[in-house]
Amino acid sequence: MESEPIILALCCHYCAYAAADMAGSMRLQYPSSVRVLRFPCTGKIEVNYVLSAFERGIDGIMVAGCLEGGCHYLEGNLRARRRIERAQQFLDEIGLGAGRLEMFNLSSAEGPRFAEIATEMHERIVKLGPSPLRRERAAVMAGVEKIAQESLAALAGETK
Amino acid sequence: MIVADRKKIPEIRDMIRSHKRVLLVGCGTCVTVCLAGGEREVGILGSALRMSLKLAGCTVAVDEYTIERQCEDAFIDALAPRVKEYDAIVSLGCGAGVQTLAERFPTTPVYPGLNTQFIGILESQGVWTEKCLGCGHCRLGEFAGVCPITRCAKRLLNGPCGGSREGKCEIHADTECAWQRIYDRAKALGILAKFDAIAQPHDWSTGIDGGPRKVIREDQCIAGMGPKA
Ligand code: SF4
Ligand code: SF4
Repeated sequence: MESEPIILALCCHYCAYAAADMAGSMRLQYPSSVRVLRFPCTGKIEVNYVLSAFERGIDGIMVAGCLEGGCHYLEGNLRARRRIERAQQFLDEIGLGAGRLEMFNLSSAEGPRFAEIATEMHERIVKLGPSPLRRERAAVMAGVEKIAQESLAALAGETK
Repeated sequence: MIVADRKKIPEIRDMIRSHKRVLLVGCGTCVTVCLAGGEREVGILGSALRMSLKLAGCTVAVDEYTIERQCEDAFIDALAPRVKEYDAIVSLGCGAGVQTLAERFPTTPVYPGLNTQFIGILESQGVWTEKCLGCGHCRLGEFAGVCPITRCAKRLLNGPCGGSREGKCEIHADTECAWQRIYDRAKALGILAKFDAIAQPHDWSTGIDGGPRKVIREDQCIAGMGPKA
């Protein structure tokens, strides 16, 4: 348990979050290491948000947005991809490695695809091993709660 | 405005690794606009440096603070009380900002977090280009509003050279030929005939070649503090 990876799935409300939901109702298995957080759009995810999650000791992050061309806000997912690439550059420079962060695109109808990419990310992180910044599980999970609250706040701000 | 871009994390990490407490100071003016040194970038650099230092086995505390403008002493007042808690500063201002902080805090090392590039403009989203070298004697009036000193790779005052091809400079397929721009604009302005005359050589002594420069406005200098004090 202590050694199980802690992976965040930062999911767009309009696609990946719905797909994760569908994976659940289809009773598809995906690793429990993946904690799903809902965002109004992946375009809301900034580089500093991602880096501060890694600073808290998270092992991996997958960002999941709509298919290219299918963003509810037109180009939020395209911006997100550029930002994730920038964050990956930072991760390389820091020495954590870009591989701990990945962006995926999928539609709300792709429940099985969600389970697949969550599994893929889990396996990748298991192979990479725990983050060298990893702290005790309880401490990291407390950080995850904070991040979750921030994602809720982002959502509230957006739907007001 | 002044345009700058970021230094890589390992370079900054290695400058500060022997310190104990470091303050990252952002600047809310030019470098915020060119997305290099404002509050958000300070936050990103802070996270990145803390992680990078930890992975390198260094115990350095890194905090963040952004002020309105680094290149003016009055704006540094807000920062001053905090500085004594730190044994070094990394400035995310331009070179002028770094040096203003260094002057204000004589016993605190101040390191540059950015590479200051040029005086330029936002050309398109995410792209900045150089427009002026600050030569101290502006001749844009002679060149239809396009600066050959800055934008011609050879700084020709009587161009173009033989390397001008379809509007592009021979140094790079992406680089506009400044002289093509000058002639296009002169034509549009109906002043092509002006270019029959040879442009006179530039007086470089008004630029950096003449030594460090100073601009003085006597009427603005406060008695006892101005240059005549
Ligand atoms: S002529 Fe001198 S001052 Fe004018 S734009 Fe060119 S470099 Fe700048
Ligand atoms: S091609 Fe144009 S911009 Fe380039 S060096 Fe020649 S005159 Fe200058």
